[in-house]
Amino acid sequence: MVSVLRVVACGSVDDGKSTLIGRLLATSGGANEDELDYARRTRRGGSTIPAGMVDYSLLTDGLEAEHEQGITIDVAYRFLDLPSGRRVIIADAPGHEQYTRNMAVAASTADVAVLLVDATKGVREQTHRHLAICALMGVRSVIAVVNKLDGVNYDQKVFEKLASEVRSAAAGLEVAASVIPASALDGDNVVEPSPNLPWYDGQTLLDALATWELNNRPRGDGQAQSAARPRSDGGGYRLPVQYVIRADQFRGFAGTVVGGSVRAGSTVAVAASGVTSKIDRLLGPGGAALDRADPGTPVTVTLTDDVDVRRGDLLTTSDALDDGLAPATACSATLVWTAEEPLRHGRSYLMLVGSRIVPAVITSVRGRLDVVSGKQYAARTLDLNDIGTVELTTDSPVCLESYRDCRDTGSFLLVDRVSKETVAAGMVRHALRRGRNVVPHDYTVNRDARQRLKGQQAKVVWLTGLPSSGKSTIADALERRLHASGLHTYVLDGDNVRSRLNKDLGFTPQDRAENVRRVAEVSRVLLDAGLIVIVALVSPFRTDRAVAKGLFQPGDFAEVWVNTPIDVCTSRDTKGLYAKAKAGTLPNLTGVGQNYEPPEHPDLVIDGSGSLDEATERLCALLTG
Amino acid sequence: MAEEGVLDVLEAEAIHVLREVAGAFRRPVLLYSIGKDSSVLLHLATKAFAPGRMPFPVLHVDTGWKFREMIAFRDDIAKRLRLDLRVHTNPEGATPFTHGAHEYTRIMKTVTLRRALDESGFDAAIGGARRDEERSRAKERIFSLREPGHRWEPRSQRPEFWRRANTELAEGQTMRVFPLSNWTELDIWRYIQRENIAVVPLYFAAPRPVVEREGSLIMVDDDRFPLEPGEQPQPRHVRFRTLGCYPLTAAVESKAENVEEVIDEMRLDRRSERAGRLIDGEGGTSMESKKSEGYF
Repeated sequence: MVSVLRVVACGSVDDGKSTLIGRLLATSGGANEDELDYARRTRRGGSTIPAGMVDYSLLTDGLEAEHEQGITIDVAYRFLDLPSGRRVIIADAPGHEQYTRNMAVAASTADVAVLLVDATKGVREQTHRHLAICALMGVRSVIAVVNKLDGVNYDQKVFEKLASEVRSAAAGLEVAASVIPASALDGDNVVEPSPNLPWYDGQTLLDALATWELNNRPRGDGQAQSAARPRSDGGGYRLPVQYVIRADQFRGFAGTVVGGSVRAGSTVAVAASGVTSKIDRLLGPGGAALDRADPGTPVTVTLTDDVDVRRGDLLTTSDALDDGLAPATACSATLVWTAEEPLRHGRSYLMLVGSRIVPAVITSVRGRLDVVSGKQYAARTLDLNDIGTVELTTDSPVCLESYRDCRDTGSFLLVDRVSKETVAAGMVRHALRRGRNVVPHDYTVNRDARQRLKGQQAKVVWLTGLPSSGKSTIADALERRLHASGLHTYVLDGDNVRSRLNKDLGFTPQDRAENVRRVAEVSRVLLDAGLIVIVALVSPFRTDRAVAKGLFQPGDFAEVWVNTPIDVCTSRDTKGLYAKAKAGTLPNLTGVGQNYEPPEHPDLVIDGSGSLDEATERLCALLTG
Repeated sequence: MAEEGVLDVLEAEAIHVLREVAGAFRRPVLLYSIGKDSSVLLHLATKAFAPGRMPFPVLHVDTGWKFREMIAFRDDIAKRLRLDLRVHTNPEGATPFTHGAHEYTRIMKTVTLRRALDESGFDAAIGGARRDEERSRAKERIFSLREPGHRWEPRSQRPEFWRRANTELAEGQTMRVFPLSNWTELDIWRYIQRENIAVVPLYFAAPRPVVEREGSLIMVDDDRFPLEPGEQPQPRHVRFRTLGCYPLTAAVESKAENVEEVIDEMRLDRRSERAGRLIDGEGGTSMESKKSEGYF
């Protein structure tokens, strides 16, 4: 039996969801006397519930802002205790269209969805949207509640029509659906069967929650007590290592089992290295010895061999590695975009997968999904609450498998490198192993050898600043000085690069990110060639510059801010850009239509309105220092 | 393996979270309030890292007005579990009688906690808060982000997909982590019973000297308590559902003298446990206002 059932509750704002959940809470020990009392005393504007009666919708409300707006704006978790001893955790997801993100969060841990359909309004776009998001997040079973039947005189025909619409929509998404007629306001069929529905002899909602079994439980999820679906690779376990426990004569690897069951004596392969060993001791919570641990169990294992394992590693079986789990540096994935800032093609994000953090770049956006129609449309980016398909490459190989096979090893987060905000939740469609045949070759003549021959220390000097701030002039002066003293240099100038290598790029934030990425990659090649590289590039965004800097070893890269007052830049206007921006014909000019984000910790700040000699002097000092 | 019950699932989730904190953060700390939830949290932390030791220190913000039995219990536990216990008290020495409950709490708890976290550079603080304690907590994350200055911003809270927390911090940010988020008060007691966890005896009914103030029974724990003229503490058979500062924590009349009896009593009594906390005050949202300031 499932002891803890996780439910996502979804429906539109006015479908009566809060009232439905409130009623479940009130009858299942999820609401205490104080709360019921509050719900008797308090009334919202527009409420038609008689004084002294419980307004069940008030039992589920939480944040101050919601009381003011009269709507639910975030995910709330509520608990029910059923007579059988089963615990039901309800994630109450909001019904507003713009909150796809919260809906996806609530569905990501759910075993089953309770989906509200308003009988007086019928199956609407929202209904399809919620079903699609649930299906996408791996929920394979839905209990649909056709609510407000009192509003259609408990008409069986109305119910049957809606029920069949819901069933066919669910079937199209490979989701199993049962449908219950109800009125949450009057309590019909929520907890008790209703005399108003003599034509219905099925379960009440509470019965349905009490008897739900895990034949449809999403696989792999750590919450699952046992594996639900047979899998192609025979069900090998996965144990992502969270922490290495050290004590006297003891080195154990701690993590929560996902996927299949692990036993004392099981063979082990470390996914990243392929090194194999055997489980010596299998310990449960508190260090108790176990023979076997099922998915969801926190364990600590010791191995029979002295193997290098650390946080972020994945322990599994050799068979699983040979099959779907082999390390790859690219994958195709579905993303739910969760940040205000849109997806930046080519920008490096942090990918959190298991307990591992790997830099990853979105190399292409395949399309944006319209969840209601199921159609995919061409797109270059994703905005907040968009769902889309992308391809990613990672800096180092990671073990990923399809989300359909395992919620744990098939999911990841993308995090912005500077703000550390979660920008997307990702679900792996499949790993792309085309990188398998690419093996970097180590050449004997390397950067050290080239530097020695040139008698210099290679370095990248990255000049960032507003247009007409003097970056190119300073770069030119610096290069002449270095050249004259016998040093080998190269300048990468924004406009020059854009006329050849980057001529396909425009000036949107996405294209600017890609512009910076390519220039940084070229700089890396030139640095490896042993040169002193001078980059003169507006590069207005902090994150893009951080990504550029991230390509280099500390000491190889210097960020220099050419800080020239905007009025000086405007009056210079060497390329006539500010005049165009003023005339409205150049909308994205940095400093005018586009923000410039100054460096927070530059290695050097140069006033571009000051003396050129002094600027060159200070840059030379930076290079030799 | 035997079929898992609710407590096993909750225990597994909490251990997973504790290990994630230990692995992901530079300097985590466990906030210890001496209460029953803290006792469960300590027990779980012991289990999560066995046979190794809990890899973080334990911090207690002592207002100077805790029940004497609490302090004795704390020191005993610290010795028995060989904890790295850090106790912080604000030398300003505000009292609930001179400053009023709110200002006193702000100075002695909120400000002191923030200062203690800043001084040691703790980047993650593990606490025992539960979602069922209070309505506004139903939406609290397990990993709850605090902006510089420990401010809680509802809008900047990160979406929690799966059990995968984004543990990355930008400059000045810290994390509060609540491994017991999905536990109910009854779960706490059933787990205390199952695992035989020691708790402060004040949770069990005994004759104690109390005075009645505005309908609340307040235990007079020492002679700092200003009695009204003619007021005399009366012995009543009481226990506490939550423990805090003794002048601000109301007792309930009870006959429950051990864990089993407490559980039986709780199945009948549907009042919320925080009803015994005088500082939470009226309405459904004052906890949330305090949280925005950095109170736990």
